[in-house]
Amino acid sequence: MTGPQTGRLSFKLASTMDSVAEVEAAAEKLTQAAGLDEDESFRVVMAAREAAVNAVLHGNGYDPNKKISASFENNGKSLVITIADEGEGLDPAKIPDPLAPENLLRGTGRGIFLIRSFLDEVHFRQLNPGTELTLVKHLTPVGSNDVSQDTDTK
Amino acid sequence: MALSISTRQLDGVTILDLSGRITLGEGSVQLRDAIRDLISKGEKHILLNLGDVNYIDSSGLGELVSAFTTAKNQNADVKLLNLTKKVKDVLQVTKLYTVFDIYDDEAHAISSFK
Repeated sequence: MTGPQTGRLSFKLASTMDSVAEVEAAAEKLTQAAGLDEDESFRVVMAAREAAVNAVLHGNGYDPNKKISASFENNGKSLVITIADEGEGLDPAKIPDPLAPENLLRGTGRGIFLIRSFLDEVHFRQLNPGTELTLVKHLTPVGSNDVSQDTDTK
Repeated sequence: MALSISTRQLDGVTILDLSGRITLGEGSVQLRDAIRDLISKGEKHILLNLGDVNYIDSSGLGELVSAFTTAKNQNADVKLLNLTKKVKDVLQVTKLYTVFDIYDDEAHAISSFK
């Protein structure tokens, strides 16, 4: 990170759980530098971790030949975290609602829901190959930010 | 910090004191193994003390749900004790707070099994 207020950091990582820990640590630095309180920081960091787990596990399937890309930015108005994999792609419309009674006792399927619940904006973009998730946490009141993204808001 | 689990018995209830993180990988697997071990031994009353669990992810939530359903299928009960603010937050968002019996007081939790 280039400074406590604004800056962008990006890197490519192997498809491993160590990379998930790196994403988590970078997200924590980002939120702390931005001055988020403990509860807000927890939610952003957890969302980043869930996105990284999805990329490593469901996207790349731990394939050592596939990387995940991660970037962390404070643009002064928002924190923007992007996580991309090189997998077969994810259709967010096909993700079951984990709050539906028939899904409430399922052992899986809550990661994307938590990401959407904890962030102000979540965008999916299909890559070729792969999926990119952009997670946005507003630092200013909703409506005054100018971060625009590609597809599908929550 | 990985998950550590210690087990104690009180008034016919098996209490698992959990400390650390319940996340994909080690934490989730440890919890799954511990619950399966207890249920295979015929334990019917299991109380998970989450007072020192400072982090849970979607995989950890899945393990709690699996513990709950596995126990129910064996006519056993898994209940939760002492949720930290972060764990409570995640359980509420996912509506799992409505699924589990949750207690803030150990004596009250133990008496609930009777």
